[in-house]
Amino acid sequence: MKPAATHHPHEFSASLKGKAHNMNLPPFFGSAWKRHVDVRDFIQTNYKGYDGDSSFLAPPTARTQELWNEVLALMKTESTKGGALDMDTSVISTITSHAPGYINAALEQIVGLQTDKPLKRALMPFGGLRVAEDSLAAYGYQIDPKVREIFTRYCKTHNEGVFGAYTPTVKKARRAGIVTGLPDGYGRGRIIGDYRRVPLYGTTHLIEERKQQMALLDDTINEETIRLREEIAEQIKALRELETMALSYGHDVREPAQTAQQAVQALYLSYLAAVKEQNGAAMSLGRVSTFLDVYFTRDLESGLLNEEQAQEIIDHFVMKLRMVRFARTAEYNTLFSGDPTWVTECLGGVGEDGRPLVTKTTFRMLHTLTNLGPAPEPNLTVLWSQRLPQGFKDYCAEMSIATSSIQYENDDLMRPYWGDDYGIACCVSAMRIGKQMQFFGARANLAKALLYAINGGCDEISGEQIAPDFAPITGDVLDYDEVCAKFDNMMGWLAGVYMDALNVIHFMHDKYCYERLEMALHDRDVLRTMACGIAGLSVVADSLSAIKYAKVSIIRDDRGLATDFKIEGEYPQYGNNDDRVDNIAVDLVEQFINKLRAHKAYRDAVPTLSVLTITSNVVYGQKTGSTPDGRKKGEPFAPGANPVHGRDKKGALASLISVSKLPYAQAQDGISNTFSIVPEAIGKTEKDRVTNLVNLLDGYFGRDAHHLNVNVFQRETLLDAMEHPEKYPQLTVRVSGYAVNFIKLTREQQMDVVHRTFHRVM
Amino acid sequence: MEDCEGYIHSVETAGTVDGPGMRFVVFVTGCPLRCLYCHNPDTRELRDGKRVMASELVDEIARYKDFILRQGGVTVSGGEPLFQQRFVTSILQGCKAMGLHTAVDTSGYLGALVKQSLLDVTDLFLLDIKAFDEELHQRLTGKKLAPVLDFARHLAAHNKPMWVRCVIVPDLTDNMEDLTRMADFLAALGSVEKVEILPFHKMGEPKWQALGLNYELSAVQPPEKEQIRAICELFRGRGFEVV
Repeated sequence: MKPAATHHPHEFSASLKGKAHNMNLPPFFGSAWKRHVDVRDFIQTNYKGYDGDSSFLAPPTARTQELWNEVLALMKTESTKGGALDMDTSVISTITSHAPGYINAALEQIVGLQTDKPLKRALMPFGGLRVAEDSLAAYGYQIDPKVREIFTRYCKTHNEGVFGAYTPTVKKARRAGIVTGLPDGYGRGRIIGDYRRVPLYGTTHLIEERKQQMALLDDTINEETIRLREEIAEQIKALRELETMALSYGHDVREPAQTAQQAVQALYLSYLAAVKEQNGAAMSLGRVSTFLDVYFTRDLESGLLNEEQAQEIIDHFVMKLRMVRFARTAEYNTLFSGDPTWVTECLGGVGEDGRPLVTKTTFRMLHTLTNLGPAPEPNLTVLWSQRLPQGFKDYCAEMSIATSSIQYENDDLMRPYWGDDYGIACCVSAMRIGKQMQFFGARANLAKALLYAINGGCDEISGEQIAPDFAPITGDVLDYDEVCAKFDNMMGWLAGVYMDALNVIHFMHDKYCYERLEMALHDRDVLRTMACGIAGLSVVADSLSAIKYAKVSIIRDDRGLATDFKIEGEYPQYGNNDDRVDNIAVDLVEQFINKLRAHKAYRDAVPTLSVLTITSNVVYGQKTGSTPDGRKKGEPFAPGANPVHGRDKKGALASLISVSKLPYAQAQDGISNTFSIVPEAIGKTEKDRVTNLVNLLDGYFGRDAHHLNVNVFQRETLLDAMEHPEKYPQLTVRVSGYAVNFIKLTREQQMDVVHRTFHRVM
Repeated sequence: MEDCEGYIHSVETAGTVDGPGMRFVVFVTGCPLRCLYCHNPDTRELRDGKRVMASELVDEIARYKDFILRQGGVTVSGGEPLFQQRFVTSILQGCKAMGLHTAVDTSGYLGALVKQSLLDVTDLFLLDIKAFDEELHQRLTGKKLAPVLDFARHLAAHNKPMWVRCVIVPDLTDNMEDLTRMADFLAALGSVEKVEILPFHKMGEPKWQALGLNYELSAVQPPEKEQIRAICELFRGRGFEVV
């Protein structure tokens, strides 16, 4: 039987309404949000849009500068120590595991650290003991034998659960690298708690609501409701632990926040509880700026704060977000390089009623890039709409040109799907905040699948039979129709194995590594998506185009496997606004998502697809043989949905338009595109550059494109940073869907970034 | 509109340095000049280009209209656009029919041949004056300066907006006396909207090597920022917008 619909608690306790009077603050407007948990309604009925420019912004305070310098010094030591400043080897991280930690308590306006010391990495074995041990080993630490004993003799991890249940085929596919990056040894991440609920309602109310929801399930006991009851019980425990942790810092989150300072603090502590409990691959923040602006505006109007103080609170908050750390293995770092945490915060966008959601706090958040300098985290994501105010568009472009730290996603495209209160998990995955979650599924290697289609399911590198023994291509010249038919079969097989792997992973993650606190900050009943992904789209599109429009002959090795190809003649390449090949890419996306839709996903999740590689395009390339487009064995794929670098020969617009053709409806987990341009090529004067970039974004998103990373710098700067990393501690580069500190990338990934197409003038 | 075949080297769909805003730039082949600092030596020979119909290019440009209509446009550069005047006129007629802003980037050396039909469909001329001394112009480009200046006067007489561009090569085109005379000449024309001072760079050198050509300016270094600033000031002093 289906669980009953979400219960809406009645009126709030008097405390929620009354407290503002104590500080002589005017009450907030609206009623719906007071009857049920409804953060969106609170925002919509209370926020004040801002359509001016950036001239009101305040510089950093002396306190901010002093504190940030201390953090920078710590980060420098972290870097000279090989990447980790300190690591916990024996304390198992939970919400309440550590005594309060500070950077410099006298200066900090927003407090709370993951462990007892800044940048000290927590020990989180619930996702997998091996990853926890290897992460320590990567930096020369050893796990406390007692912890190992607990997690081998008494307590099971997510990782152990998964490997007990994986099928032999899944294990083979995983080993061959046709599916990679699966979250089967650590936290899956990509779940966004609605951290705004804590400042708005207080935990007492949130716990009370959960208890009432539990009571609704008292009369219907079956497998589904038992699971839900257990989850709710865990969520309540997690909220209580959050209360305890907050109190240890001297803050009470049981009641609603009154001031902006309290709201930011309570919101941050809730987020902190999540990152103390989970080392998820991406731990995104959501969409908090416009929510917080309601508090800032009230404080500013009431004379409690001035602009410098408001900015200081945001600066200190962002400093903390920049300090989130997880212990990662060396293997993880080659895949997702640069120590990313994906603390993604969404800025801007437009409401369903047409009012832009840009506020002064949206500006303040971007202004941290000036006050604290560029940085990859938080992952600042501007939700672009044609209807954003001009002053905000110009400011975004200006900050992109100055810092290369911003990514853009198309709000006009996503709003019809997800409304006006969605956030982005990780890089490009949209979800209604507090109402929707995803099961992160990494990605399948389509380029390798194409080679399997040609080689009858044999891996071109190991020679091992991975896929079932489909008939290989026996002719010497590749025939388009024959290849397409075999490839279609192979994609069908791949989608099945892939879905099997993900179903096992998420079943076990729910069981052994459940996100108690994050899910406590969701509605009881959420929409789940099974977020699958593909890598190598442009390589496959170009390969099929070469087979169709040029003559591609197979070169077989002594095992009889196609390991190289000879191309005669020219063929249209993806990235030049040429429909002949761009349509092949569009078809591939549709074909693969439809293969996935043929399978049932765990917990009735809806299958979705992303065209996103993060930095794994390098590793995928290393594990894939030569492809029929002329790419040689081991060479990187293009990141995300980008054209293969150097093949987009008609300049930036043609390249952007090719990517914009990929259908979001078929890839609702996001389509990532990374755009790099030298400053001179975007315009001659500062003003021209801003105007041109704004026009470019309007044009690109006007064509229903989904996502764009914007990098503006010289290739020479990158080359110099490779040789002299000490000169560029804050050099930030946008890669696929996130930003990284360039000097933290591996050498191979640095070279990959350097070799990408840089749009420049002739 | 009369369709016409011509030769192009390539296109750039997002040009931002050849005229206002974001522009679709067509690089045609064929050039009568042999400039020592040429940064596109691979566009000199007409028949090294790819043959296309003007109408094909116009169709392609139409696919970018949403990006370039509001604040950008189309620029024909090269090579020397006046070398294929009928072809270029035909392209720009198509662009004007779409309501796009049009520009032609030229050395002006072939200006005497320019017909009214081209002037009618060109909103802006980007006029590259390589040197203001007759002898130096000859040495630098292999051709005379006088036709260039005549063309500038012709454009001014037709009230055609111009952006004048000069490349500053140390010890070659950085003579302040010459530049002062040029500034005076341009000020007297009346239709020069902007002056672009372009510091010499060697980005084109690898192309010379690839073509087996001898690049005489290998030893020359880009000019000092201070010097560029002083030259910009000189032109600003005549009331020009200078970038």
